[in-house]
Amino acid sequence: MYVLGIETSCDETGVAIYHSEHGLCSHLLYSQVDMHSEYGGVVPELASRDHIRKLVPLIKQCLKESGLTGSDINGIAYTAGPGLMGALLVGAATARSLAWAWQIPALAVHHMEGHLLAPMLEENPPEFPFVALLISGGHTLLVRVEGIGRYQLLGESLDDAAGEAFDKTAKMLGLGYPGGPKLSALAEQGKPQIKFPRPMTDRPGLDFSFSGLKTFTLNAVNASGKTDQDKADVAAAFQQAVAETLSIKCKRALQQTGLKRLVVAGGVSANKQIRASLTQMVAKENARLYFPRLQFCTDNGAMIAYAGCQRLMAGQQQGLEIYARPRWPISELSGC
Amino acid sequence: MKLLAVETSTEACSAALFIDGEVVERFELAPKEHTKLILPMIDSLMADAGLKPQQLDALAFSRGPGSFTGVRIATGVIQGIALGADLPVVPVSTLAAIAQDFFDHNDDNVAFVAMDARMDEIFWGVYRRDAQGYAELIGDEAVTPADAVEFPDLTGVGIGSGWGVYSQELTARLPGRVSRYQAELLPRAGAIARLGARGFEQGLAVVVEQAMPVYLRDKVAKTELERRNP
Repeated sequence: MYVLGIETSCDETGVAIYHSEHGLCSHLLYSQVDMHSEYGGVVPELASRDHIRKLVPLIKQCLKESGLTGSDINGIAYTAGPGLMGALLVGAATARSLAWAWQIPALAVHHMEGHLLAPMLEENPPEFPFVALLISGGHTLLVRVEGIGRYQLLGESLDDAAGEAFDKTAKMLGLGYPGGPKLSALAEQGKPQIKFPRPMTDRPGLDFSFSGLKTFTLNAVNASGKTDQDKADVAAAFQQAVAETLSIKCKRALQQTGLKRLVVAGGVSANKQIRASLTQMVAKENARLYFPRLQFCTDNGAMIAYAGCQRLMAGQQQGLEIYARPRWPISELSGC
Repeated sequence: MKLLAVETSTEACSAALFIDGEVVERFELAPKEHTKLILPMIDSLMADAGLKPQQLDALAFSRGPGSFTGVRIATGVIQGIALGADLPVVPVSTLAAIAQDFFDHNDDNVAFVAMDARMDEIFWGVYRRDAQGYAELIGDEAVTPADAVEFPDLTGVGIGSGWGVYSQELTARLPGRVSRYQAELLPRAGAIARLGARGFEQGLAVVVEQAMPVYLRDKVAKTELERRNP
């Protein structure tokens, strides 16, 4: 079964074609990051306007690169949420009506399910069950994954998402947008001289809170000499605090569930220090760590095509509604 | 000549089929229900006519101005069908559709079309009935404050939601030119279909990648530089 996957939930237009037996045929991504960087962050209306310009050309190109035509495609999967309403609607409207014209099933996919299952696109995918840490600009979740659609939320951020904390801290340090990667680059020049707190690690539970780190950063910057080296040191201390906090919580989640497999996905999972910290932790726990390849850590169409394919193969599909749901708890998903 | 048209740029949602001069339309006043209604409307129109998308000659859609999200729903739906059935697309102005519907049901020959664009502005266009009875734009469409609209030396009727919100400003701006106004007129897919079929005959159809919204309001955010140096 060939499935066309479409992702437009934020500021990247992703399109991919996945085959149930042969795997990924092609995947394309157009990132709007340069456009939004002029505005210091994602402007939802501009994101929507760009998606509608880019989506159809990307679908055509993806078919061409796969050597396929429309009549080869057996189903369409599109991201229905969570995400920006206007951006989601572009993908949903185009995908749903394309499926209608091709007379094939369409399926609304949960964006975070896409991220959770992204490691399945790799050579040695994890077996179920596993613990998954999803860290992105909009989400920080710890989930126990029993199978497709069988997700138990173990913990989540009570305020800022991990990526959001990176972006906001970067802003305080005078770094441009997107701040996360810039902050990481700066951190490599510094030493974590100051000891940042590890929020919510001193009490039981698997929830996160990153908003306090912003205030701490602000105070640390103000108390410093504000030289470039001082800023690099603050960046290093901040990043270390986030990496260790995530690591402590993941360790707890593994111990609590008794599972030995940890999947880490989402845009922030590209961060080197976070990867290093988690790698160390799983080695001590005798567990195994799974990452999607870097380009599938961030938003992409491949993970949507994959997740959609699993559900479409199980016979799931949706009616003619153009389905978009900006807020959509992952715990509401059903199995297949 | 068979053409399918969709319209979702205001609180109304509609789809229409043009088949050799005859128009069949589905229309509902349904704020925020477009995503639920539009494809079922299209599906039932096509099923009743016994048509598959590949049997159509072209598509038409209201390309704006209007609600940004609404205009993009119509654009996305039409792009999906155009890509899937390999069809050309005729983008039609929402303001032209309002004028066309008005001309089809009235004897007046000039319409000053105003849609509420929020942020103290209106979408504005002046239309005249041409020799064949089609709405023809005079000058340019614009997004503008109501008290600054530009207009030709004609008299006519005011139509569209902008006349409900800014009747005083518009009447003052156009003294003696407007005999009456009808604020309740909404764009309809039937008019999009008629104008789309006409546009198709005139060679105005485009390929799917060029079937794009026209927002009129193009500046929607300030860059960091603009915020620092206002």
